[in-house]
Amino acid sequence: MSTPLHTVLAGNPNTGKTSLFNILTGLHQKTGNYPGITVDKKQGTFHLENGQKVNIIDLPGTYSLNPTSIDESVATKYLLEKNPDLVIVVTEAENLKRNLLLFTQIKDLGLRALLVINMSDRIEPKGISINIEDLEKKLETKIVLTSTRKNTGISDLKNAISDYESLSEKAVYAEDISSYKKWLSETYGAGFIEISDQKKQSQIKKEQHQETVQRYQFVKSVLTDNYTIDKSKATNFDSKLDRVLTHKFLGYFIFFGILLLMFQAIFAWSEPFMNFIDEGFSGLSEFIAGLMPEGKLNDLISQGIIPGIGGIVIFIPQIAILFTFIAILEETGYMSRVVFLMDKIMRKFGLSGKSVVPLISGNACAIPAIMATRNIEDWKERLITILVTPFTVCSARLPVYIILIALIVPEQTVFGFINIQALALLGMYLLGIAFALISSMILSKIIKMKNKSYFVIEMPSYKMPLFKNVFYIVLEKTKAFVFNAGKIILAVSIVLWFLASHGGKTFENAEEIISSKYQNTEISEEKFQAEIASFQIENSYIGMMGKTIEPVIKPLGYDWKIGIAIITSFAAREVFVGTLATIYSVEDPEDEGTIKSRMEAATFTDTGEKVFTLGTGVSLLLFYAIALQCAATVAIVRRETNSWKWTIIQLIGMGVLAYLFAFLGYTLFK
Amino acid sequence: MLLSQLKKGEKAVIKNFDIQLIPLKFIELGGLPENLVELVQVAPLGCPMHFIINDTRIVIRKEMAKLIEVEKL
Repeated sequence: MSTPLHTVLAGNPNTGKTSLFNILTGLHQKTGNYPGITVDKKQGTFHLENGQKVNIIDLPGTYSLNPTSIDESVATKYLLEKNPDLVIVVTEAENLKRNLLLFTQIKDLGLRALLVINMSDRIEPKGISINIEDLEKKLETKIVLTSTRKNTGISDLKNAISDYESLSEKAVYAEDISSYKKWLSETYGAGFIEISDQKKQSQIKKEQHQETVQRYQFVKSVLTDNYTIDKSKATNFDSKLDRVLTHKFLGYFIFFGILLLMFQAIFAWSEPFMNFIDEGFSGLSEFIAGLMPEGKLNDLISQGIIPGIGGIVIFIPQIAILFTFIAILEETGYMSRVVFLMDKIMRKFGLSGKSVVPLISGNACAIPAIMATRNIEDWKERLITILVTPFTVCSARLPVYIILIALIVPEQTVFGFINIQALALLGMYLLGIAFALISSMILSKIIKMKNKSYFVIEMPSYKMPLFKNVFYIVLEKTKAFVFNAGKIILAVSIVLWFLASHGGKTFENAEEIISSKYQNTEISEEKFQAEIASFQIENSYIGMMGKTIEPVIKPLGYDWKIGIAIITSFAAREVFVGTLATIYSVEDPEDEGTIKSRMEAATFTDTGEKVFTLGTGVSLLLFYAIALQCAATVAIVRRETNSWKWTIIQLIGMGVLAYLFAFLGYTLFK
Repeated sequence: MLLSQLKKGEKAVIKNFDIQLIPLKFIELGGLPENLVELVQVAPLGCPMHFIINDTRIVIRKEMAKLIEVEKL
């Protein structure tokens, strides 16, 4: 077998490049990382008619080889360094002039480049005429017309790929390939890395501008007579739709309507799936526990690993639904309209219109939300978005809120139909958004950073979303969540399990200590075992940690048991409920009641007073609303900001704020 | 006049701007001197602004539009 062809897809955003990638590779695709950076690298394989295998990489979409972000820089770096056999440059029929800018740059690297004009189904209705033959001559290439929407031209493309050796390696605009490559490799970093030498940076910028302007003139001369648009034939569908969707009242109304539908979907539609997963995993735990011989390994698997994996899998339905919505909104072109509508409002809080997507996503999970901040060009706006996103109510907070609200808010209705528990939950959401916006306002005043305030976005034309594209986006994002966040949640769960099931001498000798305590008293076997379990938890490493922090959390109305739950919550917040369930159930296995009734009955060991009063409840709600108790988020913030400084500022800042508000809440309501 | 002073539906030709202050992306999307620009729409609170330049619909903030000289048609 011959070696596979090494090809890459390059092109502007919104040209259908990724649709083409999906059509060519189908399920034979995977997402990895480029070495050293966290930009997603999409690669796949397919076969040509003659059986030749082709490896293909979908480079990040970019308008030129002069990148302005890390994602875009990957494309330039790859083309400069990797020497692929063939570059397939995807362009769109309606905007050929702009697209050819990138094409000519790639040609000038001395690479074999194939020019794909996608969306060819729009050529006729838009009144476009293209002289393919002459363009091929002038651009020293072969042109293939495709429509990823109508699925046409794909076999033509494959034939052109098998014929790649006939393509020229000549430059089209640059006079000399090696000097262009040299110039590009020296300058391409200037747009996205701050170069300390100000003078040099402005010189580079000047060169890039001049180069682009001149290149555009070349493209214009190539297209004269070869590409015309008969404007009279063009229907102005986009403008009509924009008039409604970005209307000063209707626009917001529609946007909030879509948000409402999205939240309804995330919470209501995912519930049966989440319950199913929850029951499945606890069943699996019990099954494994019964199957294996008792011992440490059994405990590790049934109490550490399986619940740990379950804690990740349970979020998949919500994350998949969230990304289905976001993918559809992006695919249709609507998301850019939201950015347009919201930019001014968000800027009043020191954020960008582009912060809307992360803040919405944060309501399912902060991890994909923080990754979605990447397309915010302005570093200050991006940093603030990253710092405040964890205030939004991620789904791990929900189980905590639900049980606490059930404990402290009576199940009543006001005005006959409004459930005040639901109202309290809504209040928690609003509180999350309020904290995010107020802190960004404060942060934007504090953080001294040069605000370039540059913001240029393309408004893509409206399109019907392609099911295939949505499907691959959801698949990819869900996988990324499971593997990125999952690793951390699993690791922390195992560590916590270890800390909860091991301890010092007292822990090891629990049985003897308890039996000597009950030497002269009658006690049932069950009660005896429960006493041991309770004693063990108290004297495990985690129990010791809980007791150590007790003096600190006492002013918030918590005892050491809640302290343990707060510590374990660092794996994922929802572990709070499970931890308390474990602690209380081992104390009193006779009580068959729910977690809620056990929590209701819980008393302080020293005073005998009830633990979950209104004061403690409010205090805990505030604590969980504010504190950054999520190891996976900390890891992702470190990665995305590339700075321990901001990661630690965020972690400690949110911690201190949480403590203060919880203290205030407890003091006011106790 | 400045690009920011254009009214909805008005067309102009881009004349001049300081390349140190305008991001390269604006030029790549077609914001070149002598190109035709039309203001399509202004967001509800006066910013950002939505233009058609070089057959491309692009959105920029008002501060940036203030840095671009145009000649009204």
